[in-house]
Amino acid sequence: MIELLAQTCLNAVYAASYISLVAVGLVLIFGVMGVINFAHGELFMAGAYAVVTFYADLHLPFLVAVALGLAFVGCLGLVMERALFRPLRDNPLGGLVASIGFLMILQALAVMGYGVRMEHIPPVTQEVIVFSDKVRLPLSRLFVIIAAIVLLGALWYFLKRTKFGWALRASAQDPEAAELQGISINQTARIAMFIGAGLAGIAGALTAPLVSVNPHMGHSVIVTAFIVIIVGGVGSLEGAVVASVVYAVVHTFVTTFYDGVIADIVGLSLMLLVLIVKPTGLFGSADRA
Amino acid sequence: MLKHLLWPIALVALVLLPHGLSFSQQEILVFLTINVLLVSTYRLLTLTGEWSLGHVVIMGVGAYASALYTKEFGVFVPVSMLLGGITAALIAILLSFPLFRMKGFYFLIGSFAAGEIIRLLWKRFRDPFGGAKGIKGIDPMPDFSIGIYDFDFFEPISYYYFAGTIVIFCLWILWRIEKSPVGLTFHAVHWQDKLAEASGVNLRAYRTLAFAIASGFAGIGGALMAHYVGTINPNSFDVEVMVFVLTWAIVGGTGTFYGPILGCVLLTVLNEIVLREMGFEQLRPLIYGAILIASILFLPNGLESIVQRFTRKEAKS
Repeated sequence: MIELLAQTCLNAVYAASYISLVAVGLVLIFGVMGVINFAHGELFMAGAYAVVTFYADLHLPFLVAVALGLAFVGCLGLVMERALFRPLRDNPLGGLVASIGFLMILQALAVMGYGVRMEHIPPVTQEVIVFSDKVRLPLSRLFVIIAAIVLLGALWYFLKRTKFGWALRASAQDPEAAELQGISINQTARIAMFIGAGLAGIAGALTAPLVSVNPHMGHSVIVTAFIVIIVGGVGSLEGAVVASVVYAVVHTFVTTFYDGVIADIVGLSLMLLVLIVKPTGLFGSADRA
Repeated sequence: MLKHLLWPIALVALVLLPHGLSFSQQEILVFLTINVLLVSTYRLLTLTGEWSLGHVVIMGVGAYASALYTKEFGVFVPVSMLLGGITAALIAILLSFPLFRMKGFYFLIGSFAAGEIIRLLWKRFRDPFGGAKGIKGIDPMPDFSIGIYDFDFFEPISYYYFAGTIVIFCLWILWRIEKSPVGLTFHAVHWQDKLAEASGVNLRAYRTLAFAIASGFAGIGGALMAHYVGTINPNSFDVEVMVFVLTWAIVGGTGTFYGPILGCVLLTVLNEIVLREMGFEQLRPLIYGAILIASILFLPNGLESIVQRFTRKEAKS
């Protein structure tokens, strides 16, 4: 029993690591641009397909493929910012609808380029850390966990300690005042979009060898990300990380002890409950919504 | 003079329309008829200012309910369709308690979550919902005759006439509701909620009313579809379908009664005639996505704004 618990906890930590990457990106985009990016799950998918292309097909080293995935999806983010979100800045619902359109385009491109079938990606490493007979952690999962911690740490440093980070947070808090201080809103929007999309892309790229890669994989990712950002409070980065952990623990335990569909229902119910009781989420502030 | 002739001519055209089409096109026509009802109910929902992402699931509630009533209790099919609509409305009223504590973006996400929960419940509970495979072998509408015309529901033409009659009746009711004081209050709830509340309008009650009416008619639409197709499963009502409805409504525009219908008809014709016949089937989501983006960028008020420009000019000259 203890071993089962320990193993489930390890699984939860792994799930929390990549969920938080996706959710933090989504929150960052919302914070700076004021749009909910429905295509975020498809950016995750694009990152995974980058690994399919560069690692599985072109046999580049895995880390190079992940870096290329980050760059590629980040650039997709820039395209979205310039073509969709900037012209629709005064129309919050418009940005959301446009991102739904973008989602369909990305999905169709993936279907056309790779077909609807699941992609097979050769495992990066087969090694497993064995804690005991029933508690084991594949090295590839540990790698995702470490990468998530490093990336989130770097993001934290960037936002709290660098000038760009300050500018970013300033324009998230009050775009007009930020602009009066000489901060370029377009510039910060570009940076936020590149980082936000890039985080989704790198999460997809890192986990690509561990999940089933297909054009419709984004759906469950975006549902999870929505749950996490609502529970954590829309616009709160710390909340997103904490909520990722909470959600991953709940979801993994319910999956282990009941089944996956029940776990999804519990997750969605958790989100509805938070929406009803405290719509600003566990960490959200009341004003930005 | 022209005005009085317009409606009879349109009616005759609608009656004659399927005779010039192939079998598969007639089938598409049936779906189009049902989708017109769906997108019109969606507009009623948007009247109060809320954009739901759970509307297609609510339609599915009607479909599942009607299918189960006939299957489990042997209810006569047209009656079960009505009951399906009522069930959808009741579920909507139930959902309104949590959902209408939210507004705007939160409502959007909340309705999405509620819809997903319902869909997952269908998927999880094989008894009675049939799990991921859904319900198969749903009773078709029994054939009948009205003297001048024999309804043989194996033929899409017959079902088109049947569904068309129901849809036109429903649209007429929706139209009457919108033009009634209740409908005007819906507008007030959207555009002047503070003023409306100060004038003694119970905002929550009117939101719930709009939600229930829209859901009820959407449920009837779902039931019409279920008894025509004969099989439904959770994926028949997933987000992708919802995105299509959203696209129709946005491309057509939700400012007028005919806007969403225009969007639905034009995009369906484009989709079925142009894309399918020309072999661009795979490109369908891509083109829909591009159209959605283009219309939100360049035509934020939808196709109806073009129509209005023309009709206004005519009125002036």
